[in-house]
Amino acid sequence: MRQQALDMVHELARRDSRVVFIGSDLGPGVLEAMRQEFPDRFFMEGVSEANIIGMAAGLAMDGYIPYVNTIATFLTRRCYEQLAIDLCLHNLPVRLISNGGGMVYAPLGPTHLATEDLAIVRALPNMSVVAPADETEMIRMMGASLDLPGPLYIRVGKGNEPVVTGHIPGFTFGKAVELRSGRDVVLISTGAQTGQTLKAADLLAETGVDAGLLHLPTVKPLDRDAVLSAAVGTALLVSVEEHTLIGGLGSAVADLLADAGVLKPLLRLGLPDAYPTGYGSQEYLLGQAGLLPAQIAAQVQERLAILS
Amino acid sequence: MTALDERSRYLRGLIIDALEGGGRGHVGSALSLVEIVRILYDEVLRVRPDEPQWPDRDRFILSKGHGCLGLYVMLADKGFFPREELLRQCKAGALLGGHPETHIPGVEASTGALGHGLNIGIGMALAARMQKRPSRVFVVLGDGELNEGSVWEGLMCAAKHKLSNLVVMVDSNKMQSYGRVEEVMDLGPLPVKFAAFGCAVREVDGHDVQALRDVFAGLPVDGEKPTAIICHTVKGKGISFCENDATWHHKASFKAELAAKMRAALETI
Repeated sequence: MRQQALDMVHELARRDSRVVFIGSDLGPGVLEAMRQEFPDRFFMEGVSEANIIGMAAGLAMDGYIPYVNTIATFLTRRCYEQLAIDLCLHNLPVRLISNGGGMVYAPLGPTHLATEDLAIVRALPNMSVVAPADETEMIRMMGASLDLPGPLYIRVGKGNEPVVTGHIPGFTFGKAVELRSGRDVVLISTGAQTGQTLKAADLLAETGVDAGLLHLPTVKPLDRDAVLSAAVGTALLVSVEEHTLIGGLGSAVADLLADAGVLKPLLRLGLPDAYPTGYGSQEYLLGQAGLLPAQIAAQVQERLAILS
Repeated sequence: MTALDERSRYLRGLIIDALEGGGRGHVGSALSLVEIVRILYDEVLRVRPDEPQWPDRDRFILSKGHGCLGLYVMLADKGFFPREELLRQCKAGALLGGHPETHIPGVEASTGALGHGLNIGIGMALAARMQKRPSRVFVVLGDGELNEGSVWEGLMCAAKHKLSNLVVMVDSNKMQSYGRVEEVMDLGPLPVKFAAFGCAVREVDGHDVQALRDVFAGLPVDGEKPTAIICHTVKGKGISFCENDATWHHKASFKAELAAKMRAALETI
């Protein structure tokens, strides 16, 4: 997914002379083809996220559209004030390509796990937040990103996620995608977790539960109409996210329901308020948090049983 | 000690008016940078008050945003906005707040959180070069602001890109909020540090208008390097009882009697 995002930066640079790329201290050879073709619009500025965000802001103030890339934790926690002031207060079209949202860097431990990124960037005025489900959606989103006003946070999965949105044409910021209709329960997910959640919906179907799946590639602004109409048509909403339960997708959905005055059971599945322990794989840590398809399905069935 | 001429006293008088009108404000840090912004706006910056977004303009960023009264009086004097706005600063519905924001004509970047302006200025300087514009970028930092690591990240970046169209000025008044810089966080020899980070360095008495003129006339100092100008200044300059006194960093309740006392002190220079 990251590769597709970066390839699209190069493609966008060909299409539009305003596009520049800024990396921190990425792996050798990253976007080498773009560096060769557009040396003046390729920057690799070292381990200095605060400077990079400020520099991107200055470039954007004078007409450029910077695409900035580094690891999610460093692109959020490390330079949060720069995101807030340099980008969001000035409302500048800077795009943050954030590697490793969630548990992607499982073997590297909690310093590299971006488990609260959606919450903290979502809290910033003017910031749009997306988490594509797969590489096809990443490509479509990037293609649509050029003229989006204001800053954009792009959560990037590990890569090689199952393609679940390949049949969807185009990409519209702020619009949900119904991947499966169902009346007994509607699952709501974002990012790479949508692939896992679709499998959970299949497992539920095998047990006779008619499970819908609403994929929200845009976490902010949330598709209010899609979430409310899903809530009206089902007995249970379930949010699923590879993110702390504080402030992410599930919180956004709960806020939306509360503000709309819609009383609907909502089961929120995500990461606990704790730093993950143990290393292993992304899948291992997701299993620890109960976010693998069979675990999701089981928790949904348990909640449905309580409700009935 | 550098004597202040009539224009410098006039601009300080406007600062006192703004403090009195708004009833609050950062005092010492505005008074220390008056001559820096005065010479820039009077003689150096290529800007158009009636066309603030003119693409080829020079950019000025007051990174030490809390010194904003020193900038506001200059922008008002140049006609970027009506002078009466100074008297409403910080009031509900006012154009001017306690830190500069980009909705104010002539303000290029919203600052106030320290350690942001240089980095934004680097992006602007790169943009000017890429777009083949003659624009130069001037950034004023406080010496307390130099505590922020982002400043040093930025200096490395500016040097790497050989941004000779970037001028970094330090309003080095040797004081920060709590007290003396050398006691709170000793910065050591600034010219040596800036040179080591890749800048062409000049030092100047930041209240000596002729010395400032001379330094600006020599820009860029090195066609391959950003310029750093260490401006030696006095916090609270021009009002004897404000000078070098940390309690004059900020006044949250600024009464008319205080304004009268400051005006009297200014008159006696």
